[in-house]
Amino acid sequence: MTMNSTGRPTSISAADGAGTSVTVSGSKGLLQAEGLIFEIGSTDKTGVDLPRPKGTKSRLGGVTRSAPSGLPGLTEPEAVRHYVRLSQKNYAIDLGLFPLGSCTMKHNPRLNEKVARLPGFADVHPMQPQSTVQGALEVIEELAGWLMTLTNMPAVAMSPKAGAHGELAGMLAIRAALIAKGQGHRKRVLAPESSHGTNPATAAQCGFTVDEIPAAADGRVDMDALKAKLVDSSDVAGIMLTNPNTCGLFERDIKEIADLIHAAGGYFYCDGANFNAIVGRVRPGDLGVDAMHINLHKTFSTPHGGGGPGSGPTVLSEALAPYAPVPFILKTSEGLRFVEHHSEAPDSFGRMCAFHGQMGMFTRALAYILSHGADGLKQVAEDAVLNANYILARLKPLMSPAFAGYCMHEALFSDAFLKDTGIETIDIAKGLIDEGYHPMTMYFPLVVHGAMLIEPTETESKAELDRFCDALASIARRATQKDGSLKTAPHLAPAKRLDETRAARSPRLKWTPETTTLKAAE
Amino acid sequence: MRYLPLTADDRAEMLRTIGAKSVDDFYGDVPKSARLKGPVPGLLNFQGELEVERHMTRLSKKNRAASDGPFFVGCGAYKHHIPASVDHIIQRSEFLTTYTPYQPEIAQGTLQTMFEFQTQVAALTGMDVANASMYDGSTACAEAAVMACRVTKRTTVVMSGGLHPHYADTTRTLCEAAGIKVIQLAPAVDGELELSKHVSDDIACVIGQTPNVFGTLTDLTPVGDAAHAKGALLVTVFTEVVSLGLVKTPGEMGADIAVGEGQSIGVPLGFGGPYVGLFTCKSKYMRQMPGRLCGETVDADGKRGFVLTLSTREQHIRRDKATSNICTNSGLCMLAFTAHMTLLGDKGLTHLATLNHEAACDLADALSAVKGVKVLTSRYFNEIAFETTKPADQVLAALEKQDVIGGVRASRLFPGAGMDNVIVAAATECCTQSDIKAYAKALAEVLK
Repeated sequence: MTMNSTGRPTSISAADGAGTSVTVSGSKGLLQAEGLIFEIGSTDKTGVDLPRPKGTKSRLGGVTRSAPSGLPGLTEPEAVRHYVRLSQKNYAIDLGLFPLGSCTMKHNPRLNEKVARLPGFADVHPMQPQSTVQGALEVIEELAGWLMTLTNMPAVAMSPKAGAHGELAGMLAIRAALIAKGQGHRKRVLAPESSHGTNPATAAQCGFTVDEIPAAADGRVDMDALKAKLVDSSDVAGIMLTNPNTCGLFERDIKEIADLIHAAGGYFYCDGANFNAIVGRVRPGDLGVDAMHINLHKTFSTPHGGGGPGSGPTVLSEALAPYAPVPFILKTSEGLRFVEHHSEAPDSFGRMCAFHGQMGMFTRALAYILSHGADGLKQVAEDAVLNANYILARLKPLMSPAFAGYCMHEALFSDAFLKDTGIETIDIAKGLIDEGYHPMTMYFPLVVHGAMLIEPTETESKAELDRFCDALASIARRATQKDGSLKTAPHLAPAKRLDETRAARSPRLKWTPETTTLKAAE
Repeated sequence: MRYLPLTADDRAEMLRTIGAKSVDDFYGDVPKSARLKGPVPGLLNFQGELEVERHMTRLSKKNRAASDGPFFVGCGAYKHHIPASVDHIIQRSEFLTTYTPYQPEIAQGTLQTMFEFQTQVAALTGMDVANASMYDGSTACAEAAVMACRVTKRTTVVMSGGLHPHYADTTRTLCEAAGIKVIQLAPAVDGELELSKHVSDDIACVIGQTPNVFGTLTDLTPVGDAAHAKGALLVTVFTEVVSLGLVKTPGEMGADIAVGEGQSIGVPLGFGGPYVGLFTCKSKYMRQMPGRLCGETVDADGKRGFVLTLSTREQHIRRDKATSNICTNSGLCMLAFTAHMTLLGDKGLTHLATLNHEAACDLADALSAVKGVKVLTSRYFNEIAFETTKPADQVLAALEKQDVIGGVRASRLFPGAGMDNVIVAAATECCTQSDIKAYAKALAEVLK
């Protein structure tokens, strides 16, 4: 064994390294084992120091808690360590490419985090006098202006709190417009089979029934099937269509679709989840759209935060604008103010949330938009589409593209190349984890068998794309060689494959002492 | 462009690999009439960090922050101190820049946090199960109403006169679209028990709030008993989660579904969002819940782990038969809540709640000593309603001139309800004795 000048060995012999896969602590090097706060905390502990109460006589009127919550606390060093340790069990865009199709996992600029935390934005109350929040109202107005110009649409509802909430805003506006025209009996909403699950769920929430349109062989809306569904269109409320669609393709007949729907007396809802492919290059208002939500947490980079918060402003056409939800901003001679009540906006379909929407996302998205400008946003779309096509071109020889031709911002593969290998889409996905990547979206859209949907976004360098393609190509090769180790991947992640069936069969949704027993039995 | 890593050479080389002449080739399906010659007209071009920061800072300075002086606004959002470590934790890249935990092997950090959150919320509310968050308290309330109809197979809900009017409006929007009839009781400072009188065999649920929007605390047990006797559910709402450190829990009152706003723990005021909706219910209704749920399981090595579960309720599986259309929820605010709650512990929360209650008692005493003021709330936690001899809009505007942000006028909450002289004011641990004195002094001058 070689030694350095202080006598320490500079290499480890094979014998020294053996047997370290099981450790006494349960930790593995930098990956620290960490229990639940209910196991490591204590009701005697707290991480906050507060002034001593005066002992005022209670005015709770006897409406008091009979027993304490029993929730444990931790001091600050323990709490920080607890969450930092947990954080290290997560993959994140800051660690590497996050090719989750339809989710637009792009870099989250840190300037946006900084401006969102300015006290004038973070520490203002939604119900304080409007004269004291004119700057906040200006942010909303300025962002609304950008969104309307980028989409060439005359109005935008800013309060929806996520994409699905934006869909709800659009569909409720359509419902209100139909009722106003005496067409409330129109209840049928067309939606492609390939649509996001939120589309049919939203339509159902608004009392509509969903009529699915099949996809054509080229992955677009089957125009003949669509026309057949419009032969008797007296009950058609509209269509919900994603563009670019969930197969990563631009609906080339989109204007004809819009015209057909309008001629049938319905409205065109466009799911804007994939706006990143066309932002700054194509304006949905030029395509005949009546309503479209914009995921600020996708196209405009506000962080996904492990599942939100999102923000889903919804642009509206002239026909739908009168039905927009409250609150909205009005310009007056004394400045900006909110219209908050139905009484002031009788055509509005009503309110969707407690306050004015996701202000914390507005400040971040506006900083992002101002940083890029019109020219930068066009470049965003083009680089996102270029990156996806590069992945498609590089992997085409080894995997099976779902459709011929170029894609937009995401590359879609089917599992045809896995035929007779015994390897499935999920194994490819889990294999990527061992290579240090988050998997692509799998088994969506439903119209492609064993779908693998890869969206790189524009914030990846060519070197990163090459590294990713090399990794995925190697997995594809292993799969075609029937490498059975893929069936049990991941092998190198913080956890092995988890038993989801067991979780659903007898749900344990909170900690109980048995939870700890389960851990002890490991 | 500082956020775009591709160089001109990269782009050219990639196009060669693809076999395309230019990126225009990729946009060949765009209708000719929708093709733009260049960038979208009428907009600015890119700017540096310095310019953007300068612009945003200028706008932020036009707002009066809660910490800038005496501040007493509540009504659904509350100014609380957030420990510095909470913001540090939520800015960890691995939490901030990750997605919904669809791949549990590399998302145990988020999933374990969700499991801790669900446990904490269930314990705080005294309820059996909690989901992994909704957008905010109001959308949680709306979903609760719809869920109650699903559970009872009835189509009418009754809302109290003390329910936050924005919650009531949000609930009405969702219910009307779903064909659910909504009965709304007239605004009342202390009227939650009125709900009992409106229970019948065709009511799906009654929705009451405590503390209500005027600050009044109510033990809703008798309302629950009345509802249950007719096969209806009790839905309880809270907008101030810190109150649960001291007050009777929804579980103790027999709530079937309890929802509320979690902003007060860990989440800044932020001009109304993002916030974190809390959603809880009895175990037997678990499979009717909206939103994401995290459950415990084991991995292939038998090691404990956590996954998203019961997803057959959700839109990505059930599509038009889903319990809700919600997808993205309030993940990062949920983490902020859990981190802050972990720092507090039961001991810290009880202490914090006590300080809030004492501040409100001090505020009530200071204001009721002013001539022309009558405090209307008799049982309260950290918020009170009071009436003065002058219209509330004039009073608040005059207070604002003295840099006291005195609360919310009831006429903004309930226009036309004849409550023109009523103000709702909250006091938290952030209100100092001198803030309260300043309020009373300014109010005395205004009412002189």
